Amino acid sequence: MAITFTLNGAEKTVDVDPAMPLLWVVRDVEGLTGSKFGCGIAQCGACTMHIDGAAQRTCVLPISAVAGKSVTTIEGLGQGDALHRVQQAWIEEDVPQCGYCQSGMIMAAAALVDASDGVPSDEDIAEKMDNICRCGTYTRVRAAIKRAAQA
Amino acid sequence: MTDHANTPDTTVTRRGLLAGAGALVIGFSLPLSGRRGALAAADDGPVWKTSDEAAQINAWLRIGPDGSVTVVTGRSEMGQGPTTALPQALAEELGVPMDRVTFAMSPVDPAYNNTLFGAMITGGSTSVKSDFEQMRRAGASAREMLKAAAAEKWGVDAAELKVENGTISHAHHSATFGELAGAAAEMEAPKDVALKKPADWTLIGTDVKRLDTHAKATGQATFGIDVVVPDMLHAAILQAPTFGATLESVDAKPATDMKGVAQVVELDDAIMVLADTWWTADQALSKLSPKWTGGAEDLDDAKVDRVLTEGLDAAEAAQAVSEGDADGALSGAAKTVEATYSAPYLAHLTMEPMTATADVRADKAELWLPTQAQTWTAGAVAKAVGLKPEQVTIHTTFLGGGFGRRAEQDFALQAAQASKAAGRPVKLVWSRPQDVRHDFYRPASKVRFTVGLDEDGLPMAWKARVCCPSIAQRMLPSMIKEGVDPFAVEGLTERAYALPADRSITYVMPELAVPVGFWRSVGHSQNGFFMEAMIDELADAAGMDPLEYRRKLLPQDSRHRRVLDAAADAIGWSEAPAEGRHRGIAVHESFGSIAAEAIEVSVDGDNKVTLHRASACVDCAVAVNPNIIRQQMESALVYGLTAAMFGGVSLKNGQVQEGNFDRIDVMRLRHMPPVEVRIIAEGDAEMGGIGEPGTPPAAPALVAALRRATGKPIRSLPLTAEGFTFG
Repeated sequence: MAITFTLNGAEKTVDVDPAMPLLWVVRDVEGLTGSKFGCGIAQCGACTMHIDGAAQRTCVLPISAVAGKSVTTIEGLGQGDALHRVQQAWIEEDVPQCGYCQSGMIMAAAALVDASDGVPSDEDIAEKMDNICRCGTYTRVRAAIKRAAQA
Repeated sequence: MTDHANTPDTTVTRRGLLAGAGALVIGFSLPLSGRRGALAAADDGPVWKTSDEAAQINAWLRIGPDGSVTVVTGRSEMGQGPTTALPQALAEELGVPMDRVTFAMSPVDPAYNNTLFGAMITGGSTSVKSDFEQMRRAGASAREMLKAAAAEKWGVDAAELKVENGTISHAHHSATFGELAGAAAEMEAPKDVALKKPADWTLIGTDVKRLDTHAKATGQATFGIDVVVPDMLHAAILQAPTFGATLESVDAKPATDMKGVAQVVELDDAIMVLADTWWTADQALSKLSPKWTGGAEDLDDAKVDRVLTEGLDAAEAAQAVSEGDADGALSGAAKTVEATYSAPYLAHLTMEPMTATADVRADKAELWLPTQAQTWTAGAVAKAVGLKPEQVTIHTTFLGGGFGRRAEQDFALQAAQASKAAGRPVKLVWSRPQDVRHDFYRPASKVRFTVGLDEDGLPMAWKARVCCPSIAQRMLPSMIKEGVDPFAVEGLTERAYALPADRSITYVMPELAVPVGFWRSVGHSQNGFFMEAMIDELADAAGMDPLEYRRKLLPQDSRHRRVLDAAADAIGWSEAPAEGRHRGIAVHESFGSIAAEAIEVSVDGDNKVTLHRASACVDCAVAVNPNIIRQQMESALVYGLTAAMFGGVSLKNGQVQEGNFDRIDVMRLRHMPPVEVRIIAEGDAEMGGIGEPGTPPAAPALVAALRRATGKPIRSLPLTAEGFTFG
């Protein structure tokens, strides 16, 4: 079934099983591998993308659910070579270690920062940033979010 | 079939590195520790070098005509930072700013062996220690050749030249490294080079930015799961659920009938479906109803507990430490404390599930994968598909976490077998349940301490019996000496504390069908907990503050004592915690470094635990990049606390029960308190490791705090099984 959606600003039409999760369409069909597979049950957040601006876990989200919607992945978060302020803060705080969860972590953080009026509180960050990181970058994630919100 | 011809160039090739005129390439051949580098054309001729190309040189460093510097490393990047710290060491000697420096992963070649292991292995917290001197020598040699080129060009004495920021200058002359690279390549390589004294270091010891951060913050970093090879198929796998079981039969038709499915591949103990996308392969796999046979069906948690307990009670045991007369001394003790501790099997749970891409042909094989053990992988793949090791090319990608799991070969062999069967490249990606249920787990372990205390509450007789499955048995059997697996007892046998002269540590090796392997900090991960939790109990028995008790057992000039004091100071130990809060502290040496951690908690009436603050201090003797060291300490603390609170897989009918993060929890950001990390890097001790030493003290520090908060003895992990959870 042909499904049309917007991926990082460009219109895409894919002919796949409508049940195929967005994550796998983006990775294996569209060839954008920045978004990661970690659990397949929307627990870890490595697959987080923005759907019409809101952070969403895409490993269980059928492609049919994004027909007509706008999808942004880590590859499309910045404007050209200019990084999103969250990505910039990530670099300044030296957040990533192995880096595998970081695309999803950054997408969740960017949605939080973009939606926040001012600097998110520790409580906001704790609630919204539920992504799993096995390298334990959490304290730096918190610092980078605050830094980005002040940028 | 999707076909993206963007095969990542994750591994440098010798030909690629050498290509192009006007470049200076510095190579060494240093197959084993202690061999000093000879430049270029050196060939010590070990196993992998057969082609003319390989006989030329093993490149460590290339300076391009544009002045760019590429540093080649054989140490895998799994977050612990070698791809920054090693180029940083090289740049120190070369005299080039880090913004000109990039890194590339090496091919498999003995020249890139870990000098401490004699193979390309990333583990044991050795990466920087292994390559530190080689990197500096490569940088210094290149600098001298650049200077020689400049001296010849300007007709001046090389000793009068100044090297700074990638530029060589003399009174009236100046040239960049890029301008000199071509001429420098013609210069004779220095036989030996003097390295800078630590006091003269300007880059080493500074918080140089990681070279991999930008790629990781923009989704551009290529992990194993991201590899795309033209014409490849995607594979999903289902392995025999019961440990030791094999595949009896499977009807492949329900899978092969599906659109997009190319093939079903049967292995002795697994089935793989090969399809045009991974999701299709995984869907098709779920349609299959394979019959498995055999395996350790009687294995469950109760059996593990029984076997380990029998080991503690066994009449016969191997002697790991035998000093003086422990039994005799015990009979004269003022007080005897006996305690049995246990720790569970632990999965690694790397964020990137196991994955490998293979292209196996009749006369060669090529693999792209996140691995900690390139040499082992090349050898194992060659054997499995009937090739010679030198016919196997390994491209090392970024690792989405390693923690010891990626020292194993299972996923690489499966991908190779799938590719061989398909006659095409195959990318295998494990589902999370496969990853959780088919790990090589940190062994479950039990230890029983019997400690005699004197009138002052200090130990005067020390006995311990350890029962822990052997990692060495499968991986490194020659390491087992007189029945003792060193991994099972490490962290218990050392003498950092002033332990009694009368000491006996015995070991029983149980036979259990659960595969075990290296897990971040290996035996220290559980033994650090056992040892420090026991010391903490002894402090209570002596009626002493746990910090003071430890200080009393540590010599005045002890590095352990200094580290302990720093961690205590960082959490404000000298002042009592606020009402309702409790602290724990622990110190442990592993991988050549000493780490201490302190944690402040509160616990509510429902045993919900809140972590308020934490501190950590590590003495690693030499700190190449303090920021990466802080990262690693933060990381190890989270890894250790996660294991303490949640870690452990449960077994029933020979199968791991948990499959995914809905049943096997890990620490999240909301659980994580602020952490202050301190680093001690002084004196003339040998450089210590940093990837693992922060893990062992986390559990005992947390347990000590909880014991004080609740008054209950806690001798078993995980804490969730003791009724605790994070609030």
